[in-house]
Amino acid sequence: MNALDTIGQLISITLVFSTALIFTGLGGLFSERSGVVNIGLEGLMIAGAFGAAVFTDQAIQGGMKHGAPWVGLLAGLVLGLVVSLLHAVATITFKADQTIVGVVINILAAGLAIYLTKSLYEGSGQTPTLEYVFNPVAIPGLSDIPLLGKGIFTAYPTTYIVIGIVILSYILLYRTTFGLRLRAVGEHPSSADTVGISVTKYRYIGVMLSGALAGLGGATIALTTTSNFAHNTISGQGFIAIAAVIFGKWNPLGVAGAAIFFGMAQALRNWAQLFEWSHHIPNEFFYMLPYLLTLLVLAGAVGRSSAPGALGEPYDPAKR
Amino acid sequence: MNTMRKIFDKSSFLVPLVAIILGLLCGALAMLAGGYDPWLAYSSLLQKLFGSPYDIGEAIRAITPLIFTGIAVAFAFRTGLFNIGADGQFLMGMTGATIVGVTLDLPWYLHAPLAIIVGGLFGGLWAALSGYLKAARGVNEVISSIMLNWIALFLSNYIVGTYLVMEGQQKSKPIHESALVSIKWLSESMGNARMHWGTLFAIIGLIVFYVVLWRTKKGYELRAVGLNPNAALYAGMNVNRTIITSMFISGVFAGLGGVFEILGVFGYQTVMAASWGYGFDGIAVALLGGNTPIGVFLGAVLFGGLSYGSAGMSFGANVPPEIVRIVIGSIIFFVASHGLVKFFLKPFMIRRSNKGKSEGGGAR
Repeated sequence: MNALDTIGQLISITLVFSTALIFTGLGGLFSERSGVVNIGLEGLMIAGAFGAAVFTDQAIQGGMKHGAPWVGLLAGLVLGLVVSLLHAVATITFKADQTIVGVVINILAAGLAIYLTKSLYEGSGQTPTLEYVFNPVAIPGLSDIPLLGKGIFTAYPTTYIVIGIVILSYILLYRTTFGLRLRAVGEHPSSADTVGISVTKYRYIGVMLSGALAGLGGATIALTTTSNFAHNTISGQGFIAIAAVIFGKWNPLGVAGAAIFFGMAQALRNWAQLFEWSHHIPNEFFYMLPYLLTLLVLAGAVGRSSAPGALGEPYDPAKR
Repeated sequence: MNTMRKIFDKSSFLVPLVAIILGLLCGALAMLAGGYDPWLAYSSLLQKLFGSPYDIGEAIRAITPLIFTGIAVAFAFRTGLFNIGADGQFLMGMTGATIVGVTLDLPWYLHAPLAIIVGGLFGGLWAALSGYLKAARGVNEVISSIMLNWIALFLSNYIVGTYLVMEGQQKSKPIHESALVSIKWLSESMGNARMHWGTLFAIIGLIVFYVVLWRTKKGYELRAVGLNPNAALYAGMNVNRTIITSMFISGVFAGLGGVFEILGVFGYQTVMAASWGYGFDGIAVALLGGNTPIGVFLGAVLFGGLSYGSAGMSFGANVPPEIVRIVIGSIIFFVASHGLVKFFLKPFMIRRSNKGKSEGGGAR
């Protein structure tokens, strides 16, 4: 195995882990840009992963084959969206504390997902292993590029989708009226309200987008990495995605970059196992690495000023 | 009606009460949806809780760590911080106590206190790390403490699995007898339920929580920073140092919860796939209890009781024990969105007041 092959492998594992983080990070970005902190991304990912695993399983039992994971992906999106509505109603309409509601979403989603899994699969704490999940697709031509082509251009369909969504998000946020209004609502809701922009409407959209995207993120993990849903399918990725939003300075391109960085930290664990030298390093160190790097990056490289101005504050027109 | 509204506006106890009822209803709905019998489930829960002296003792054992983590989260909340990292601090407390309990050989009057102090310090310093990152580097304590939770899990596993491990097993060597804090005579009289002095420490912790925050100058400072950091800064208080102090104290409480699980309950530490989640339940306890000492106590009793009783639900009614997570989550959801609870209550209030009017009209 030569050096370039191993680098190619690292890139392709990184892309697998990063995809889910990018989806979820973009979700967090839309929510936070509208002024709503979403600590519940982890729970939304759990909802997405659970929905994806169950509906893909159902579709396979209904006779579908390679189409089944697409059904699951859609189900993940819808479930994430539905759960995020709970967040939206509590924090926007009833002005509940956003951080606390986020924590509740995490507790509830984890509890519900395992409870329903056990109810659906006769007491088993995990869904059966899915026979059909997403497979890596090579882009003809590009993947034949010598050296790194294979690593970059042989990826899961979800990775290609997420690249599209990153670009779309950027355009949506900075090149459309919708984006301008969303940012205005997060930056200075009372001014936005004064010029006739509905703060409530845009915040609902922001939170719902976060639900849909985090749901896709969770579904991606179930349909590319684990091939089922269990209690440990989502283990902190939602929180790492929040860190990616902060590290990426609330910009879609920045968030994607940060997510790739954190994805690589996760990938290193799997990648290092290919080598003899890694057996001398305790396993726990590799498990710790993504969280440790997240912490170090947040402590070292982040300015304080770039968060949306009204982040975390419920909007009360009476206080305008 | 007026008195009713007064109590209602205070919402100090009515909202939690309604939230508990709504939470139990949500649990019942989830059970109906899953095809289980909620009535049977809840009655098996109660049976499990009060079935025998052993069950009562074990329920107290389950409540004790929640009092500690509840205090930890409530203390931080009072000073304007969200300590979502009580889970990691709990683990570090466990690990500190295990290290002292396994490696040292001391007389009991030194060994147990030393293990308790070291465990408490481990928890406190772990939390102070989050406090430092917030004060010095502006890192949100929620994110940093979540990351520290995971790091604590793997670090504990590494320490236990590498330096303290019992050959061929996924757990540490047993803690020396001299460091254990179980109460043998009480356990024997309660059907060998695992009773320990930690429960007493938890009650003392509640009193300390009250005295420190409401009866000392430092506590006044801590609360002032919690209420309005800018005003506190203007009044000449060192906000950054207060953040670190507050996280440290909060972490000591969480760490002590872990300490007593090791010294009082298990006597050894396992290599864990995931944490027990007492830290996260501590958030629920603190919120339900309105961050007051008595509230934390009642919250811990409720959630500890529910968690312990959930075993009875799966045994008696075949319901997956995770149903209790749904109940706890829903209760906190309703406590957090008290506006929603009031919204639900409004029709009842109006109907009652209309009824009052029409009755009044009839009499006239």
